[in-house]
Formats: sequence, C-alpha cells, structure tokens
Amino acid sequence: MATTVINGKELVVDDEGFMTQYDEWDENIGQELATAIGVDMTDDHWKVIRFLREDFQVKGETPTIRRVSTAGGVDTKTLFRLFPKKPAKKMSYIAGLPKPHGCV
Amino acid sequence: MTATAEMIVPSFDDDLETDRTLAIICSKGSLDMAYPGLILGNAALGEGVDVHLFFTFWGFDMITKGRMEHLKFSPVGNPAAHMPAALAPLPGMTSMATHMMNKSLEELDIPPVPEFLELLKASGAKLWACRLSADMNHLDESDLFDDLDGIINASDFIELTEGAQLLFI
Repeated sequence: MATTVINGKELVVDDEGFMTQYDEWDENIGQELATAIGVDMTDDHWKVIRFLREDFQVKGETPTIRRVSTAGGVDTKTLFRLFPKKPAKKMSYIAGLPKPHGCV
Repeated sequence: MTATAEMIVPSFDDDLETDRTLAIICSKGSLDMAYPGLILGNAALGEGVDVHLFFTFWGFDMITKGRMEHLKFSPVGNPAAHMPAALAPLPGMTSMATHMMNKSLEELDIPPVPEFLELLKASGAKLWACRLSADMNHLDESDLFDDLDGIINASDFIELTEGAQLLFI
C-alpha cells in the first residue's frame, strides 16, 4: 500500500499504482490517470469508464472485457482499439478500480 | 496542478517492442480440454501478446460446425473426474458429466466454444486449422468456423511461430 498525489489530492494506491478506494476517484482524476499512461480520452473512452464504475457498484467487482462487451454494449474490437494491448488493465486503472479477477 | 513526480504509474509495456507471441496447439476434442487453450489464449490477448491457435486432431471438433456446440466430457479413464471407475462407462454418465460441466461454465459466464472463438478473433487472435486433420476428416472451409484464418500444414505452422512460445494441449 502506498499513496500517490494527483491534482493535489492524496490517494491510496496499491504497489502497482492502482487506486484502492472507490470513493476517492472522480473524473478529473480519471483524466490524469489516462494521461499518465498515454490514453487520449474521447467520449467513447468515457462511456467505457463510466460503465466500469457503475458495474463495480452493482457487482462489487471490476467487470472483465467480456462483461463490458455483453453488458456494457461496447464490443471487444472497440475495447482493444480504445485501450490498446492491455485493455482490461488500462480501463481499470483509469477508472480507479482494481484489475478484474475473472478469467474471461 | 498535478504533482506527477509523485505519481506511481504502472507500466503497461506500451513502449516495449514486445514481439511476444504465444502459439497454442489444441489437439483435444473433449469439453474439458477445449477450454484451457481458449482461456489461456484469451488471457494472453488481454496482456498484449499475439496469439495463434492451431486446431488439430481431436481439437478439430472445436472448429467444426455441428460439433463445436456439442463437445462432451466423459469421466471414463480419468481418475481426476472423481468417480468410481466402474461407474464412469455406465449409460448416461457422459451426458450427465457434460451437462454438469456446461452448467458450471455457464454459472461463471464462460462462453460456449463458438462464442469464445468469436471473442478470441475480436481480440486479435489468429485461428488456424490443420491441413492433415481436414484431409483425414474430408472437411473443407465450408465445414469449419467461418472466421478461421486458414487451413495450413505443419511446416506453415512452424514458420508462423518462429520465436513464439508454444503450448501443446
């Protein structure tokens, strides 16, 4: 466990830098996180991030890529385009959520 | 004002010219042995690894229309299935075991084989069918999964997977 500072706000993060406190996140922080990993946020990106946040509240865990496409309505190809190479990790990082645990 | 100097940022290997490639040979056609390849392939894709799946021998059933939705699991000859050996070959046991396995998979939202293959394609995997298996079974492209990348022979496969990590299932 460690802390990191974004926009003058101190946040609790795990050793990799992923946020661990759901309520500490807001969209400004999300923007900073995206910039830090080189993701240019568009409306399509935000749609995904907002789904992740809502679904986490409903399910209590970060949705997997498959769930984002089946329940969130954003198809897999698009997810790989928006968040190249490691979509699941990038999406959760930007959304201030832990990496998904599910396999599919 | 951002204090980026104090930010812990994970590395997502974007700068790495990662040519990491994983080739998975799927040679089994039972329900239980179909999934390891699919799941590992999917996991690798999610980590930015290039993935090739090669379907050969019994694994051909995973990409054959009409068979891919009906893969079975039998406890016969499989001590890991935790069933007394004498019971395993009894009529109905294979159906029951298959049904139970499919139910478990569904409960965890693991897609059936055809849908899983589509997910893999959408995520960038290359799916290859074995030429020899196609010939032995007298099958061609029209009998197989529509989104295959091709029917190739063993030499093609070896060329394709130069430098790749190999997994034989």
